[in-house]
Amino acid sequence: MIEFNKSQKQIQKAVRSFAKGEFEKERVLELDRTGEYPSAIHAKAAELGFIGIHFPETYSGGGLGFVEQALVAEELCAADSSFGITLTMAGYGAECILRFGSDEQKEAFLPGVVEGRTHCGAAFTEPGNGYDITKLSAVAVMKNGNYVITGRKTGVVNGLNAGFYIVLCQTDLMAQPFTSGSSLFIVEADRKGLVIENAGERLSLNMMSTANIIFDQVEIPAANLIGEAGKGYDYVQKFLAESRLLAAAQALGVARGAYERAMFHIKNREQFNRPIGVFQAVRHKIADMAAQIAVARLVTYDSAQVFDNGAGDAATASIAKMVACKAAMAVTDEAVQLLGGYGYMREYEVEHFYRDAKMLEIRDGNQYLHKDIIADAEIGKLKAGK
Amino acid sequence: MNILNYTDEHQAFRKRLREFISTYVVPQAKHWEKDHFIPRDMWRKMGEEGFLCTNVAREYGGMGGDFIYSSIVCEEMAASMQTGLAPTLHSDVVVPYITEYGSDAQKKKYLPGCVSGEIVTAIAMTEPDAGSDLTSMRTTAVEEDGYVTISGSKTFISSGIHSDLAVVAARNPDIADPYMGMSIYLLEAGTPGFEKGKKLDKMGWNSQDTAELFFNNCRIPIENRLGDKGMGFLMLMGKLQQERLCCAMGAVYGAEMCVNGLMDYCKKTSDASDKPLSKFQAIQFALVEMATEVKIGRTFLDKLIADHMEGLDVKVETSMAKFWTTDMANRVLGKSLEIMGEFGSYEANPLVQGWRDMRVTSIFAGTNEIMKYIVSKLMRL
Repeated sequence: MIEFNKSQKQIQKAVRSFAKGEFEKERVLELDRTGEYPSAIHAKAAELGFIGIHFPETYSGGGLGFVEQALVAEELCAADSSFGITLTMAGYGAECILRFGSDEQKEAFLPGVVEGRTHCGAAFTEPGNGYDITKLSAVAVMKNGNYVITGRKTGVVNGLNAGFYIVLCQTDLMAQPFTSGSSLFIVEADRKGLVIENAGERLSLNMMSTANIIFDQVEIPAANLIGEAGKGYDYVQKFLAESRLLAAAQALGVARGAYERAMFHIKNREQFNRPIGVFQAVRHKIADMAAQIAVARLVTYDSAQVFDNGAGDAATASIAKMVACKAAMAVTDEAVQLLGGYGYMREYEVEHFYRDAKMLEIRDGNQYLHKDIIADAEIGKLKAGK
Repeated sequence: MNILNYTDEHQAFRKRLREFISTYVVPQAKHWEKDHFIPRDMWRKMGEEGFLCTNVAREYGGMGGDFIYSSIVCEEMAASMQTGLAPTLHSDVVVPYITEYGSDAQKKKYLPGCVSGEIVTAIAMTEPDAGSDLTSMRTTAVEEDGYVTISGSKTFISSGIHSDLAVVAARNPDIADPYMGMSIYLLEAGTPGFEKGKKLDKMGWNSQDTAELFFNNCRIPIENRLGDKGMGFLMLMGKLQQERLCCAMGAVYGAEMCVNGLMDYCKKTSDASDKPLSKFQAIQFALVEMATEVKIGRTFLDKLIADHMEGLDVKVETSMAKFWTTDMANRVLGKSLEIMGEFGSYEANPLVQGWRDMRVTSIFAGTNEIMKYIVSKLMRL
């Protein structure tokens, strides 16, 4: 297991004390109900450097790696799953600029996200295609030196409050394979021709908006192309390998937060004249939860470290995401069960940890998608027949 | 061969109920879920149509139907996508206390209203500090000079806000043994000191008016005690068999609906290469596993209903069914959302509400851990 250094431990401590001071239960419950964005908390988190800690200092970031980003995510999500996920998703997609964009693009877009002045939204998936982004309908064509984008995107996180979007479009309709003809663009939210609609209420995390976006001949300068044309699909896959590590860290935090609340409950709740924590069935549930959290922690930080060492790949990220999300689902489910009737009541929090774990499990690919990725890496392609 | 013998009368009843639900319930269900309440009038409407307390004898206004009618109501209501209008809870969980333990006078007084929907009932057992352990109940009942004074509070009471009549478990403070000192009383809404607390905010069952109830020295005539003094605990244990059977019914019917909906979705939904989800082997296997689990649940359940109708003691099997079917239903719903992918996270997807609603079934009516505890005792382990 990774040994955290002194500075990493300090980050952990700082995030913990920030969350303790700022995450009020009543506020979480209120925003969970109203779907309002936690703007004030987001601003403070950015001020303290917890948004984009893995971005270079040149762009207002912490100049640190993904291990540190994972630490921030774990601590925030353990303090509260909804606030934690929402805050750590504020710049979702901005890594595409960080990893593949030009210096000008980085200067123009990254500081705003890291300083908490704006949000980023990633617009990859399209209506009716699920997670599959191999066949895009959205196209970007060159016209008078500018790109003109036409198409529809779904499930854009931060869709209603993002200042700009990272948009995946087909630029070469003849490309073979088709994915080698897609490109990635930055589209500012105030460009003409964007129709942004609320994608609808979700089972949790409604304080973080999700939008469906229609791009109706949206004209952007050629300078908004990220990296090289034709590499959009590859960039997105690389981005997803990073964002799935974030999902793993979030899941680890969500699991831990639910576990800590369940632990408090079983030590304090008395039935049959004793704390329910004396019953073996309860104790073994806790043991199972602890074991699953331990596995999630190992896989999360190990993959984060591998990523920081430059050896990150899709399969490693998929394993981390799948394993950690499965742990979060199981642990939050058991936390609800251990709290009994209280577990089902919004007031007792673990119910929204449970719902948030479900969102993590579904977002960024379900287990079936990840198993395909892992199996492809492990087995490779085999030929049918002789 | 069907395990349960559905007659033409049963089928006609089902048809009539299904029409009623699709006309009066389904179109409103979304609003009720948003409002966190159902209109009081819906209970009366159901009563007028003869869908409440189908097993109550004709002399008290009922139709004297068998338990198959109850299972039909539960099954059809599962499709209504709302939980506020909960006929099974009223007809098959609470009212049976009156039909089985009530005096003639009590039956005459309350049953016709229960059947007509004028009286909505609630059962008040659980307290803030008495959940799994009913013996730690603190609500007291002091009998004196022909009156009973009830004091205490209850929580997680379904239909608590609508309830006109609460079946309240309380203990005699003079008797230390909780098993011996518990009695059950019929407490009418409007009795001075009987206050309904806040409606509880939950993960699901949003249209269900689950509430806290408070009793501040509620003084009622002793005639409102149900059955003999001190027999409360045994009465509860006696009636919990049917309550848990009802939980298993809700779980199996809900899981069945879910799998049907999911199968349909997987056949109609394709990835970008136009291959339906149902053509992927991993999805096929998952669907087969789920369909198998649902079938096992249905078979077990139907057998249990048949045995219950014969009057057999199926406490062991009922407790087994309660924990297994509710766990199964939660597994099935959870996996369904994951298979659906992004669509599995939107409230516009009915299975999402199903998932939120189902989660409580492994907790209420005795947690699934308590079910295993009961079975282990009954098996003399």
